[in-house]
Amino acid sequence: MRNTTNAVNLQPVRASTCVMAAATVLERMTMATAEEIAAEEFASVVARHRPQIFRFLLASTRDVDLAETLTQDCFLKAHRNWSSFRGESSALTWLMRIAINLQKDHWRNRRMQFWRHTQNNAVGLDEASEWLPSGERSVEQQLLARERVRQVSKAVQGLSERQRTVFLLRYVEESELSEIALATGLSEGTVKAHLSRAVARVRAALGGKR
Amino acid sequence: MIFKDKFVGNMQNPEQDSELNKALKDFRLSVHAWSDAAFSRPRTAIAAVAPKRIWRLAVGCALGCVLVAGGASVGLWQHHQREIELRITQARIAEQQRLAALQAQQDDEDLLAKVDSDVSREVPIAMEPLAQLMAEDETP
Repeated sequence: MRNTTNAVNLQPVRASTCVMAAATVLERMTMATAEEIAAEEFASVVARHRPQIFRFLLASTRDVDLAETLTQDCFLKAHRNWSSFRGESSALTWLMRIAINLQKDHWRNRRMQFWRHTQNNAVGLDEASEWLPSGERSVEQQLLARERVRQVSKAVQGLSERQRTVFLLRYVEESELSEIALATGLSEGTVKAHLSRAVARVRAALGGKR
Repeated sequence: MIFKDKFVGNMQNPEQDSELNKALKDFRLSVHAWSDAAFSRPRTAIAAVAPKRIWRLAVGCALGCVLVAGGASVGLWQHHQREIELRITQARIAEQQRLAALQAQQDDEDLLAKVDSDVSREVPIAMEPLAQLMAEDETP
């Protein structure tokens, strides 16, 4: 009689254990699948936006090695915080914000202060202008265009860090003002003000030459 | 033109703004071209290979050092053992020589003693009567 009771009582226990085990396995499989999906998503984001992040950092630092290092750091940081990305802005804007912060941290780092003064690895102003595609211009037009690019580069180099960031995001990355505001953490009005001052300085640099 | 639409500035002078737009466009094109070239440049994966090579070198150096140290210590130990054996042999030879010398000295002394005793027993003829007297006096 006792045996029968035990047998009857054991059945539900075993069934519940099996259900719990199955649920755990399913949960683990779901988690693994979710992680795989997240990894795939992140890989596609990296493939899509890495050139843009690198370009922005290269234009800001004018140093290929430094831009590569900061790009790597940017995606490493993004990978660590990928789960916290809620899609409130586009992935590019989010990445751009990380890149801007990394760049700021880099320049603020006391150990790297001498870079600001020496900038041994940073290329000269002529370097960027030499990459200008010739298109269908005459030699004279090409020379004039290169000279213009050189002047703009010089003017951009002379801008404050914030003005330069806003200017590059607008005129190199062709970002919208709202995106720039999100990436920099500034209001749209402040972005417009910085942009206006930056453009005025570039205009002055171009105008002064003529 | 998209780029021109994005321009934010005061339209002070149409000619100057057109020049500015051209300059900004060229600047953008040059940065894009420079970035594309830098991004797609071939890269050498030295960093990935270097640690392995360094580890191999370090392990090789360590093994080499161990072998050299082992060889040197074995050589020193053998040399030390040989010196000890040589000293023992020399000491043994010296002991044997000392014993031989002692033996020779002892033999000489024995021989001299024997000679003395032999010589002392032979009394010259001239002294025979005196010797007999002495012998008689000694008897009770």
